[in-house]
Amino acid sequence: MRVKAILTALCALCAATCAFAAEPVRLGAVLSVTGPASFLGEPEKNTILMEVDKINAAGGVLGRPVEVVILDDETDVNKAVLAVDRLIKKENVAAILGPTTSGNSLAVMGKAAAAKIPLISCSAAEKITKPVSPYIFKVAPSDRLAVARILTHAKAKGYKKLAILTVSDGFGQAGREVLKELVPAEGFELVADEVFGPKDTDMTAQLTKIQGASPDAVICWGTNPGPAVVAKNRVQLGIKTPLYMSHGVASKKFIELAGEAAEGLLLPAGKITAADKLPDTDKEKALLVGYAKAYDERFKAPVSTFGGHGYDSLHLAVKAIANAGSDKPEAIRDALEKIQNFPGIGGIFSFTPEDHAGLGPDAFIMLGIDKGDWVIVGQ
Amino acid sequence: MFAGAPQYLVSGLTQGAAYGLIGLGFTMIFNTTGIINFAQGEFVMLGGMLSVCLLGVGLPLPLAIVLACLATAAIGGLMERLAIRPIAGAPAINAVIITIGVSILLRGGAMLAFGKDTHALPAFSGTAPILALGAAIQPQSLWVLAVTLALLAALKLFFTATIQGKAMLACSCQKKAASLVGISVARMALLSFAISGLIGATAGAILAPITMTAYDVGMMLGLKGFAACILGGLGNPFGAAAGGLVLGVLESFGAGYIASGYKDAFAFVVLLLLLFVRPSGLFGKAGVERV
Repeated sequence: MRVKAILTALCALCAATCAFAAEPVRLGAVLSVTGPASFLGEPEKNTILMEVDKINAAGGVLGRPVEVVILDDETDVNKAVLAVDRLIKKENVAAILGPTTSGNSLAVMGKAAAAKIPLISCSAAEKITKPVSPYIFKVAPSDRLAVARILTHAKAKGYKKLAILTVSDGFGQAGREVLKELVPAEGFELVADEVFGPKDTDMTAQLTKIQGASPDAVICWGTNPGPAVVAKNRVQLGIKTPLYMSHGVASKKFIELAGEAAEGLLLPAGKITAADKLPDTDKEKALLVGYAKAYDERFKAPVSTFGGHGYDSLHLAVKAIANAGSDKPEAIRDALEKIQNFPGIGGIFSFTPEDHAGLGPDAFIMLGIDKGDWVIVGQ
Repeated sequence: MFAGAPQYLVSGLTQGAAYGLIGLGFTMIFNTTGIINFAQGEFVMLGGMLSVCLLGVGLPLPLAIVLACLATAAIGGLMERLAIRPIAGAPAINAVIITIGVSILLRGGAMLAFGKDTHALPAFSGTAPILALGAAIQPQSLWVLAVTLALLAALKLFFTATIQGKAMLACSCQKKAASLVGISVARMALLSFAISGLIGATAGAILAPITMTAYDVGMMLGLKGFAACILGGLGNPFGAAAGGLVLGVLESFGAGYIASGYKDAFAFVVLLLLLFVRPSGLFGKAGVERV
């Protein structure tokens, strides 16, 4: 498949475009719409298309329509680099949204920074914004925040000995690093450190080993389907030790895969995962429920945290353009860095010159699984 | 030291039974046609995915599985008719490359038809574990072992007691002689692909409740099944089943006692070591013609 430019087909909404006589504001996006990370990239693309329509229906930004050139990097590093090249050199975009995956983001950051085009990554790796590069921002919450959320919960429960079970791919390795750093730092004892392959179909060996170390709780770090197998094997082995999952499985899909074995598991998740369960006093509830409803109506698919990254990157860029009163890349960058308390899907964003990730620990809530549905166990 | 050993053994046997079934599929086709069918893993994937799909449209589980296996058998037959037969007489390597092409085609088709998500099939008889000898056994594991044994017994019967089975054996011993006594070698090839599809799909369907299934699970399962039949000795169906069990148990113990991250590597390392020592496999007879 060739990398396809999917121009936001506003021509189809000719009525809307004709209303604008002005030159559109051009943004670019590099997303993993296909390939292994398509479960992340597809909802991101859908969300950006949906939100661009919404923004333009409400009059665009600076009285001009917004146009997003979306390129698919097929979850391939080389294609991501080529796509960013093209956005900068040929499409003359004012800012870049994405890439979807951490690996691709790290690979293209240098190019955006050198061209002085602000890039708002949809991926989570800390290295993207640490150390801070002036033109690089990100919207996906760092693993560190999710780990911290779990450890806060474990501390409140009085657990002392923890075991970790991580997947041997990029997501799991990054999580494992943070876990191995924070678990002892927060005063816990790390009694077992096991690994499983992304395609493994039986984790009884690892779980049996972990049981031998008699931990108070186990933290499993991975994305579907591995953690669902872990949950099933845990029930099979009759293990009663509490099991924490990562935010990597914070979707109904996980509950569907793990079935009854998901009962009683705990995991940190973005608020969007259980938006309808939030108390009405939650400031973000209306925004989240509205987004979830609109997404479901248009794409007939349940909303996910990942689509939220698309929402946040686009709206932050548009907000910065509005604040700056210009679509000059440098002006957008300056305005982005000044954004405070911006309500996004992933949390409340406040950027500073030292912090280009913008989220705090309140980006995650603690969820439990009960009768096949989420319950909020800790704000 | 030996804590967990019974558990590793049970997990290993369950996985191994599945590998053995997949290896069996390889052997069936190899015996009648001399081709290694690299789409075997895709038959396994189809068994699981079609079961999930048919269950999704509201069929009861047993019926969904039976239909999925029959459909895969039909796909196996079609594959032989449309892709393998047209190049009859060409060197075997050409046919092998075609099977790789078919596997890519089936994988792509499955991705478009069923999507990229992983799916789980409900266990056949609940998930309450049975505790025995310090191991927790899933009821589904017993299903896997029972179905594997039943299939092996049925095949044994097929080869020894039916005229079709004997004709197939004759084909695998000596193609020319078989066709001289009036056995249609072409029909036997078709039959072997269909049975292979049936066995592979059965493995996929009984395994899906334990391991879950997705459009891309075929590749690894196919490789493991291939390793199983090489380990057992290529051309010996029961050797393939035994090779699968050995492989599964090795993997499970390797993951438990050495390092779980290298689980997939153990199987292949052991396979290589064995082939250095015994190129014909555990149960293969070195270069001896069966009579």
